[in-house]
Amino acid sequence: MNENETITQPEIFPGVVHPTAGGGILVSSIDDVVNWARSNSLWPLVFGTSCCAIEMMSTASAKYDWSRFGFEVARATPRQADVIIIAGTIVNKMAPVLKRLYDQMADPKWVIAMGACATSGGPFFYNTYSVVKGADHVIPVDVYIAGCPPRPEALLHALITLQQKIKSGLTREQIRSGV
Amino acid sequence: MYRTTDILTNTPNTSLGEAGYMVINVGPQHPATHGVLHLVITLSGETIINVEPHLGYIHRSIEKMCESLTYRQFIYTTSRMDYLSSHINNHCCALSVEKGLQIEIPDRAKYIRIILDELTRLASHQLWWGAMAMDIGAITPFFYAFREREMINDIMEETCGARLTMNYMVPGGVMYDLHPNFQKKVKEFIAFFKSKINEYDEILTGNIIFQNRMKGVGIISKEDAISYGCTGPTARGSGVSCDVRKLYPYEIYSSIEFDEIINNGCDSFARYEVRMQEMKQSLKIIEQLIDNIPEGDFQAKTKTVLKLPKGEFYTRVETARGEFGVYIVSEGGTTPYRIKFRSPGLSNLSALNHMAKGNKIGDLVAIMGSIDLVIPDIDR
Amino acid sequence: MTNEELKLFLSEKFPSLIIEEGNEWLTYYTEANEWKLLANELCSNISLQFNFLFCLTCIDWKTHLTMVYHLTSTTFKHTVVIKSKLNKENLEIETVCNIWRTAEFHEREVYDLFGVKFLNHPDLRRLLLTDDWKGHPLLKDYEDPINMIKL
Repeated sequence: MNENETITQPEIFPGVVHPTAGGGILVSSIDDVVNWARSNSLWPLVFGTSCCAIEMMSTASAKYDWSRFGFEVARATPRQADVIIIAGTIVNKMAPVLKRLYDQMADPKWVIAMGACATSGGPFFYNTYSVVKGADHVIPVDVYIAGCPPRPEALLHALITLQQKIKSGLTREQIRSGV
Repeated sequence: MYRTTDILTNTPNTSLGEAGYMVINVGPQHPATHGVLHLVITLSGETIINVEPHLGYIHRSIEKMCESLTYRQFIYTTSRMDYLSSHINNHCCALSVEKGLQIEIPDRAKYIRIILDELTRLASHQLWWGAMAMDIGAITPFFYAFREREMINDIMEETCGARLTMNYMVPGGVMYDLHPNFQKKVKEFIAFFKSKINEYDEILTGNIIFQNRMKGVGIISKEDAISYGCTGPTARGSGVSCDVRKLYPYEIYSSIEFDEIINNGCDSFARYEVRMQEMKQSLKIIEQLIDNIPEGDFQAKTKTVLKLPKGEFYTRVETARGEFGVYIVSEGGTTPYRIKFRSPGLSNLSALNHMAKGNKIGDLVAIMGSIDLVIPDIDR
Repeated sequence: MTNEELKLFLSEKFPSLIIEEGNEWLTYYTEANEWKLLANELCSNISLQFNFLFCLTCIDWKTHLTMVYHLTSTTFKHTVVIKSKLNKENLEIETVCNIWRTAEFHEREVYDLFGVKFLNHPDLRRLLLTDDWKGHPLLKDYEDPINMIKL
């Protein structure tokens, strides 16, 4: 919300609104604090289907530690997770499972598609009958990582990009339309 | 869109409503299943009556895809099947094409291939050790295992270009020559790892809690192991002598000195011990070879377009999980007519029900850890 | 036993087997309705003892299908390959689950991808594809314009 916008009331609104001087600054500062807190403690969901899961495990272990960035606690249950890192190929049989996991996560939630298979089907694009050509056919994705498998540093770069995206406070549609 | 619970109606081994039986699902998304494996377990209290694996959650139709790839191209798909032994899988594919074309590869390439194979086997066993310990509840070994594994990944990355799925083997030899630092780094690694492997024994093998969880759990007799088609450490833990490197030696394995590790314990602890000893044997093999790599070509001259003659060819190698086989049926063209990958995981998994009956549900994780499953290998 | 001794032994016991030349292992063709007897004999005979079935697959030759079984013996270390032709109208063959337990999963996979029915199988269901999948993908005439993107 911009500080300069005036608040228009609908007719049935009971009472009178007194615009306070400086009220918009207070709310947007709280927004910033909330976004900072959210981005610095994202808890990923343990979801690795194939080879990229090993690089995700490498990122979690001591050499390329991701808990420096706040991703320490990798939860196994979607109810307690914030971000789902789709590491691996999604096939037709797994797609309803992925959708169900995504629905079970509480808002606000984000999605990272790791690797070529989750981005677009990857090396299994041509002549396969059972591969979903890209995880974004199933759930909306925020960050895509290229590579087969991507290096742990690439995954860390994607996590930092996601943190910057959350701190900016913009929605997916706003980013797409170039705000 | 959501799959309704058709699981309860599709388990033919139990009847619905039988007194005291409960059917639960483990997976497909579960931290301990090492991939997407869906197990439907029928329990009576905490004792397992029946375990039924539901597969196919990572079935990427590799065999159909390979029918439209040439003989140089299909090798990359096997890297992604059992990604922890990716060099060994690629090696098998390259061997099968060389067998069909009857190419003789230079000695330098053979030595390089075997050293990389054994390094891959070490890396795979290290990850197995760390992941199995984490599943059972000991989190620390996971980080120790990855510390060592990162050293091997660095060596691979310098020479082959990638950390996990290296397409370094080609029909005729290897793709590039070794990096100049290779020998020095491998020797440093061997010296470092020799002291660490004793540390592994100190942390986990002698631990009384670990032994109580693994001993007497998941028993499969020798005849059953053969009947279920188990290979690799799963079968060698029950006394079956099935190491492809000894029975059907390929490359230069017949001239290297190493022992085949067989343990007659038949339980999970025996399979654990087999893998720990195999790590030591791999170190021994690398030590014998690393100083004697002959000079010469790293790749034999082959035609640009490879065409296998009409017929069928079966080649087998010993991966970290068991016997991996490639069965090519060729009609003389540039692409295979039919490829079948004989994966070690599918046969090992079919013995899971037999091993888990009668045990508690907490033991199921220990049994799965000791079989060392990699699900994309099973589903292909 | 060497290949020559195996050949003699098997041609005495089963005169109806047809040899296929040109492969590295001894390869025989058998009729689909005689497969169960042959399998029993191969596994239980004292001098053969083929107790390890290491590869079970199927090949689609457009006019017919061929089932391929690779057997080896852990005691004698000899290997034999048995093949069996199946007509497209009658894709049925006896199961060998009670002889080699590894066949349970492998036969389910062949049923799933090729459509071959195994008689007396304890649990013949699809293994790798969803239960409501139409068709059998690894057949050569399988068409799937939605999923399969041709190069």
